[in-house]
Amino acid sequence: MAITLPQDRIATEMAAVGYIPDRELATALWLMDNLKRPLLLEGEAGVGKTEVARALALAHNTKLIRLQCYEGLDQSSALYEWNYQRQLLAIKAREGVDADVVEEQIFSEKYLLERPLLAAIRQSVSPVLLIDEVDRADEEFEAFLLELLSDFQVSIPELGTITARSIPMVILTSNGTRELSDALRRRCLYHYVDFPDVDREARIILSRLPHIDAALALQIAGMVSLIRKEELRKAPGVAETLDWAATLAGLEIRLLRDEPEAVFETLMCLIKTAEDKARMTRQVSDRLLGKVA
Amino acid sequence: MNALRKSEIDLGEMMRAKLSGFVSTLRDNGFVIGLAEMRDALGVMSSASAARPSRFRPALRALFCSRHSDWQKFDEIFDAFWIGRGMKSATRMSGAPHKAPDGLEAVASGNRGLGDNQNADHVQRGEGSEEAEVGQSKREGASRAEVLARTDFRHLTDPDDLAAAHDLAARLARSMRARLTRRMRARRNGQRLDLRRTIHKSIGHGGTPIELVHRRRKDKPLRLVVLLDASGSMSLYSAVFLRFIHGVLDAFREAEAFIFHTRLIHVSPALRERDPQRAVERMSLTADGVGGGTRIGESLGTFNRWHAKRCLHSRSCIMIVSDGYDTDPAEQLGGEMRALRRRCKRIAWLNPMIGWQDYAVEAAGMKAALPYVDLFAPAHNLESLEAIEPYLARI
Repeated sequence: MAITLPQDRIATEMAAVGYIPDRELATALWLMDNLKRPLLLEGEAGVGKTEVARALALAHNTKLIRLQCYEGLDQSSALYEWNYQRQLLAIKAREGVDADVVEEQIFSEKYLLERPLLAAIRQSVSPVLLIDEVDRADEEFEAFLLELLSDFQVSIPELGTITARSIPMVILTSNGTRELSDALRRRCLYHYVDFPDVDREARIILSRLPHIDAALALQIAGMVSLIRKEELRKAPGVAETLDWAATLAGLEIRLLRDEPEAVFETLMCLIKTAEDKARMTRQVSDRLLGKVA
Repeated sequence: MNALRKSEIDLGEMMRAKLSGFVSTLRDNGFVIGLAEMRDALGVMSSASAARPSRFRPALRALFCSRHSDWQKFDEIFDAFWIGRGMKSATRMSGAPHKAPDGLEAVASGNRGLGDNQNADHVQRGEGSEEAEVGQSKREGASRAEVLARTDFRHLTDPDDLAAAHDLAARLARSMRARLTRRMRARRNGQRLDLRRTIHKSIGHGGTPIELVHRRRKDKPLRLVVLLDASGSMSLYSAVFLRFIHGVLDAFREAEAFIFHTRLIHVSPALRERDPQRAVERMSLTADGVGGGTRIGESLGTFNRWHAKRCLHSRSCIMIVSDGYDTDPAEQLGGEMRALRRRCKRIAWLNPMIGWQDYAVEAAGMKAALPYVDLFAPAHNLESLEAIEPYLARI
């Protein structure tokens, strides 16, 4: 085909900065840019949801602004906060001056502390705004977020309304600890991030560890995907795969099958709970190794 | 963006009609799609980069899906609709959530069947011990509600009595919630200084914070998750408990309900229906699987794997209503209970059989589960349900 599709172009750009997206994700990213809708990423821990935002910022050569959500997150830590220390000092310094004048002075831009959300809408070039683990925040915050994401303006009672200078590219991630509201889900584009298939994982390993042997990368990816199929409490994520690949490369292993001992000993890169460790015995490890062609 | 928006006019009439047909098929399958999504989809479809179904599939998928279950269903519906594979199944897939199978009448008559069973079982099981209680329901002088509250659900055979018991159960659920919330308000005194408001007020005093403004910690409401056994051995009780659960879901802001027999079914969406009768009718499970065997271990396993993460937090109480007769190995139930224990604040196990005379824990499953249970209580009549409330209030 003569013309490159926009989604293919995004895929190439992302790959250049070290994230290999599948076709669906590339399309979602293209739509996000086009329709100015936020993108909601769901998927198990460790599939690289956060990494998407980082790579997107790199690919667009723009700033990544990150808001980590947690229980009890409120506007003062997400949106803005007044600089109280400076305000107190200013009031003291102007003692005797008319109260109204002081009030006007200390509630001005100078005393305003930007938090991620406010920072994101005040950039001149649209940044990537990553709202991480939005399911951890309270429902009230989610409602507020919905409002911000549709209007891209906030009002600060003492200061007035601030409208976005540029519309940020918003990525939300969720781990499913709480059900998100239908309204927020509808507002967002949706992509379910799955563990990469063997082929894509091998490409990810190769892009992150350029010196690794291509055949070894494929074997590692195959082995990890088999381990994920075992019923473990915590399936190894992509980051763990990369750790393991780096370890094996460091040990100068060429063929996994030739070194079952080393493979078993380094499995701790992938296995993170005592229960899983007990389940992943030498026999299981050897059996899986046998299946990796 | 503008390019996309403008070009939607170019899209042919036929394509528009087809797209709206697709959207209504998706809606039938439980997708939530608004007008804005529809407009954006038209824009996407008319752009050059979406000339063939295989091209616009990922775009529509990103646009129309809003949860993982949608994501999984989308491909099948898409293929059926656009490529014409398995057209029939597209109109309503078997896995469509929150939808009862066709024909409410069938379900309703199934219910009636359940009622008949109650009569039959009553005769089979009536072995002396309940005579006294049956007598109570004829006692004069006491209010009717009070008597009903003490009657074992098994002995409620008169439809009017049954209806009254249902109302009591629903009312009880509501009153529980009222008391719980009142109690929580009194506890809210974790205070932090609200600097912003304090400084605002201090300006008039030249910056000396004389009036302090505090911020209060918001308390998370207790979340109740009810798992109801609807197997054959529980059939006498499950109908009343369903009403109780319906009341709970109606009253608690955060509550989830599941029903299990040989498998686990998430019933909160169906039960959120305001009208209790319709809610019960909407539940396909009353017709399907009720009265069969029980696989408690397997059902709890499903809950742990798929629902626990979403439903449970540190202020959750799980209420399991079951007689503990499990056809799965007892070790499995024990293991799943242990996993469940780690995730929530309290587990209450309500066993209707405790209310029977001479009851001793004999079922192997029940024995395996007991170490992980915080409250093991009877639940054979409304009074015993009421007795649980103070326990919940203390959590």
